[in-house]
Amino acid sequence: MSNEFRLADRGRIDRDRPIRFRFDGGDYEGYQGDTLASALLANGIHQVATSIKHGRPRGIMAAGAEEPNALVQIERPFPEPMLTATTVELREGLQASGLPGRGQLSTGDDPARYDTMHAHCDVLVVGAGPAGLAAALSAARSGARVIVAEADTEFGGSLLGSGETLDRAPGTEWVRRATAELAACPEVRLLPRTTVFGHYDDNYLVALEHRGEQAHSRQRVWRMRAREVVLATGSHERPLVFAGNDRPGTMLAGSARTYLNRYAVRPGNRAVVFTTNDSAYAAAIDLADAGVEIAAIVDAREVVSTHWASLCIERGITIHADTAVVSTSGTDRVSSAHLCSLRSDGSRTPSVRQVVGCDLLLVSGGWNPAVHLHSQARGSLRFSEDIGAFVPEQDVRSVRSAGAAAGLFATSESLRSGAEAGRDAARAAGFDAEPGRLPRAEKAPVLASRSVWLLPSPADSDGSTRFVDLARDVTVADIRKATRAGMDSVEHVKRYTTLGTAHDQGKTSGTLSTGVIAEMLGRDVAELGTTTFRAPYTPVTFAALAGRDRGDLYDPVRVTAMHDWHVEHGAPFENVGQWKRPWYYPRPGEDMETAVLRECRAARESVGIQDVSTLGKIDVQGPDAAEFLDLVYTNMMSTLKVGRIRYGVMCTADGMVFDDGTVTRTDEQRYLISTTSGNAAGVLAHLEDWLQTEWPHLRVYLTSVTEQWATIALVGPDSRQVLSRVASGIEVGNDSFPFMSFRDGLVAGRRARVCRISFSGELAFEINVPWWYGREVWEALHEAGQPFGITPYGTETMHVLRAEKGFPIVGQDTDGTITPDDLGMSWAVSKKKTDFLGKRSFSRADTARTDRKQLVGLLPADENLVLPEGSQLVDTAELPEPPVPMLGHVTSSYRSAALDRGFALAVVKAGRDRIGETIYSPVGDRLAAVTITEPVFYDKEGARRDG
Amino acid sequence: MAPRTPGADLPEHPDWLWHSPDPKPSYDVVIVGGGGHGLATAYYLAVNHGITNVAVLERGWLAGGNMARNTTIIRSNYLWDESAGLYEHALKLWEGLEDELDYPLLFSQRGVLNLAHSLQEVRDGVRRVNANRLNGIDAEWLDPHQVAEICPILNTSPDLRYPVLGATWQPRAGIAKHDHVAWAFARALDRMGVDLIQGCEVTGFERVGDRVVGVNTSRGPIRAGKVALAAAGHTSVLADTLGLRLPIQSHPLQALVSELLEPVHPTVVMSNSVHVYVSQAHKGELVLGAGIDAHNSYSQRGAFHTIEREMTAAVELFPMFARAHVLRTWGGVVDVTPDASAIMGLTPFEGLYVNCGWGTGGFKSTPGVGWCYAHTIACDEPHPLNAPFSLERFTTGALVDEHGAAGVAH
Repeated sequence: MSNEFRLADRGRIDRDRPIRFRFDGGDYEGYQGDTLASALLANGIHQVATSIKHGRPRGIMAAGAEEPNALVQIERPFPEPMLTATTVELREGLQASGLPGRGQLSTGDDPARYDTMHAHCDVLVVGAGPAGLAAALSAARSGARVIVAEADTEFGGSLLGSGETLDRAPGTEWVRRATAELAACPEVRLLPRTTVFGHYDDNYLVALEHRGEQAHSRQRVWRMRAREVVLATGSHERPLVFAGNDRPGTMLAGSARTYLNRYAVRPGNRAVVFTTNDSAYAAAIDLADAGVEIAAIVDAREVVSTHWASLCIERGITIHADTAVVSTSGTDRVSSAHLCSLRSDGSRTPSVRQVVGCDLLLVSGGWNPAVHLHSQARGSLRFSEDIGAFVPEQDVRSVRSAGAAAGLFATSESLRSGAEAGRDAARAAGFDAEPGRLPRAEKAPVLASRSVWLLPSPADSDGSTRFVDLARDVTVADIRKATRAGMDSVEHVKRYTTLGTAHDQGKTSGTLSTGVIAEMLGRDVAELGTTTFRAPYTPVTFAALAGRDRGDLYDPVRVTAMHDWHVEHGAPFENVGQWKRPWYYPRPGEDMETAVLRECRAARESVGIQDVSTLGKIDVQGPDAAEFLDLVYTNMMSTLKVGRIRYGVMCTADGMVFDDGTVTRTDEQRYLISTTSGNAAGVLAHLEDWLQTEWPHLRVYLTSVTEQWATIALVGPDSRQVLSRVASGIEVGNDSFPFMSFRDGLVAGRRARVCRISFSGELAFEINVPWWYGREVWEALHEAGQPFGITPYGTETMHVLRAEKGFPIVGQDTDGTITPDDLGMSWAVSKKKTDFLGKRSFSRADTARTDRKQLVGLLPADENLVLPEGSQLVDTAELPEPPVPMLGHVTSSYRSAALDRGFALAVVKAGRDRIGETIYSPVGDRLAAVTITEPVFYDKEGARRDG
Repeated sequence: MAPRTPGADLPEHPDWLWHSPDPKPSYDVVIVGGGGHGLATAYYLAVNHGITNVAVLERGWLAGGNMARNTTIIRSNYLWDESAGLYEHALKLWEGLEDELDYPLLFSQRGVLNLAHSLQEVRDGVRRVNANRLNGIDAEWLDPHQVAEICPILNTSPDLRYPVLGATWQPRAGIAKHDHVAWAFARALDRMGVDLIQGCEVTGFERVGDRVVGVNTSRGPIRAGKVALAAAGHTSVLADTLGLRLPIQSHPLQALVSELLEPVHPTVVMSNSVHVYVSQAHKGELVLGAGIDAHNSYSQRGAFHTIEREMTAAVELFPMFARAHVLRTWGGVVDVTPDASAIMGLTPFEGLYVNCGWGTGGFKSTPGVGWCYAHTIACDEPHPLNAPFSLERFTTGALVDEHGAAGVAH
């Protein structure tokens, strides 16, 4: 059995390019141009899946993204769950299987690549059916930059499936010419296979482009900013609610027409057509002309169109007016439709009048304009009684709906409204646009449709086989259960029944369910409205949205100018913000602790060298720079002399320490400030925030210069000698180059700014050179230090050295709840300044308490113990029942080479008053006794900084 | 863990869940806001304090705000004693709530992992675990190997841009079905004679001096012995009409779900620096959230780049999610205070009570809030558990700074 249901004489498939595929274990053949659904139908496969709740067989209902039933799992080329067979392009080697409403993720890594594209345009046209193409032509002819995005593999929309003529030629011929004209316009970008799935503020739209498994990037997300948008997104046909309306072989009438005309598929041998409007007649006529027996047309309206009736009579098709299909029979596929008159004959229970055998049941309950994007763009909707559906109430600014998306279903109307929308959009974008000549569409008088929600149901009194949402198996009975429980909002009923929450997000069931609820409650459809339309319009893979920002590109890796040297010398790295910082430099056989103890000894006893380039650096310039810095630091910066350096603390408005660093005054109106490595961007944002919103009158300019400088700390008693060997133009003696000052000169032949600052307590120099020379100068210093046993060290040793001196690290020893006074840094808080960030908060009752948590040192009674950082501190040697009062916690903890023991920094309630006392820390199963000390453990008198 | 069929967990309802009465002219207590907090408060007012002449006023549909929009995570592993006390009280109530309300809440104590990706996050995590244990809250610190045992689909490779260095683990944490929680409270309230009034927007207050004696609504004035605000971000809009400025800022917070998938994710994973939080709901959809949108807004929608960034984190941590699909995104409104902790207590106006600023903690705190807020209203003084969350703390400086421990970096 191969392509038994394929017609020889029509369609847009390429019969010269057969494609083999496998479905549910069976091997089949289709053609290039098929979807998985059309290929299955051509092979006579109607049942594709089973339903999620009741396990009922389900077939192919639609021919596009609105498909509620035909869920498949792709198995090859790579597993992907929960696609609809109607939107999967047939490709050689495709393997898929039907799903019962729930899919499987692959345990293997997705090998595909995903990309992101950015585009701007004057007019974005969403949808390339008759309305979209007409809009694009109007706009493109004006010279506007136009993007046309179409979800389908080819342009044409409804014209591909309807077989209509334009200017008495096949509509697809006009599509071909329109597409060719657009493609020839240099300012036009055509995006087939691209679904616009989100419409955000200010016409920011996002789309997903499918490029196939073999493409360099499988899918691309387009981020588009459009001046004007034309939504020509078409419409979705609505099913009807009768007993057994889910049997395979039941299909939307327009979709059946598409399978016939576009894919050359005969979807059945004998069809019953059940409709509430004229559109299904066209499908019936096309099918009849293609050799499908139309057993009956069942029309819910009392009066049917004479135009269509005469066409039916010509073909011997019987029309049952004012009649409904109320139930079906069949096992795996529909085998008959049961008809019932809708005419009120006085009897309360209608009865089945006629049973008509069929293997195909076409339904049309009207058409829902695809208002999703309009609604996402915050456009309001109104219920149109004429078409029995929600339509855009009015256009949103710079967004126009056209064609079926605006409720204009006739092709002539689509063309006209599209051309006008394209013209108006181009004009609004500043172009001189005309609608141009439009092709003439076939004209057929259209009778009003009849809105039908709940049908009489002699065979299904409780409604348990009348499906409103096929995708979620939600029936009339389920909805009645919700309304009987007191729910009278569509949102509640949706949540109660899961209506509209499946993969299709209610594309076929949304309006239908509102109608059913309204009828049950005796309320207006218009008043009940819809649930909210949300992005994405169709499901989008996580990976497509992640794009390239994965793996190493998840977040930029920032490295210093000396990074390769650190790698060559075996340093493991610590992530500090986006930076990679050398953690320590183990020698062969050393573990971390041994290496760090060795590095610490070198810095204290001879000389160490550290790459500190990652510290944030902000250039602060302007006539008001001094005043500005006085406002953002707790201490006074305006009195700093040019050439001098001061340590500074920044607080947030609540008085809590936010960041710290050095402030270097290089000129009367110019400072260079440093920040912590991880918080550089945060500090700049904080400063700009205050500058721009609170003090816009200050003439101050901030520039991040972190990456302009490579910075090397040369630390230890021998650092002066090492520096003197490579520096020129700099007097390195203590008197000529005092602590907290800087000198400009040459280091290793390169222009350098050398600062005398110390984060270790030792004599130290911080050498700043242009980034480009970082490694060269580093190597020169390393070479010059060889006679002294110069030792490179990383962040861990830096942490130990500063902790031995009681220097806190913001973000480690503080957590946003610590004031400068809590750190014992009242000396850094100006008493003279009238105002600065945080000042007012220091006088608040709680902030002024003297028993706040304060930074102290801890010495474990067990000298070998290094308390785990994050350990809590309690008062008692034995733990009482929880909750146990906590005194504070260990913020930093190390083994010290200088002290030859473990030590820690901690914040402890009223800690400064408790120095000398013993408290306890739960470590594992025991309580470790610790003594509270001053936070400075080493060189308390500060004798070592001058060497 | 077999997935559950959509809708299959609901009990048959021959009876009503709730009615929709018209407002009466007067009530002992009017609660403004028919979300989880408003409903839970009314419930404990009735059950703990015998006060049932109560109306819960909801401007939209019942529990249609953040209660319908959150990612349903429940945990109590907060850092500070004050927060831990309240959230743990809530968690203990959660543990009995399904029985008490006789309704399937799908409360699943599948545990929560909070991942650490930097040495500082390790310190913070260890600190929080130690604090939790001393506060009597179940908590463990796990190394990456233990993390992988609990959640095998999580990428714990050291090659990750920000490798998982460890995680805190609260076994009693989990998820529950948000809508069911609201409906369960509503059903109980309806049976106790509490009026749940939807489509009734409060527009202002009736005052006699500094005493609030009623509310003006879109459905007319309603007199009240006491008025309790529980309107999340809109609480500040209401308080503004009295000249009372509340220190909360409202931001959009987006969430999303995938389609239904066979069960793969056994727990809840949260990460602050590879920013995403993920669970797999009972039906099988992955439920994800991440950062708030930076701008202030009351619109229940955010910007798309926030979603995209969240997806990068999701596939970093869970490579197998690559071909899962985003099915639906939506937005709620998080009301954030300067210290990322809530405000609950008395106001300068007699007979007016305030509960807001829950940020991302609203859902998990629901029964705890109801319990404490009901006490505050009935006794005219805060319950000891919510006393630290007074409005005065922004004057005294006695803040409860939970920026570090919240699931979302504010």
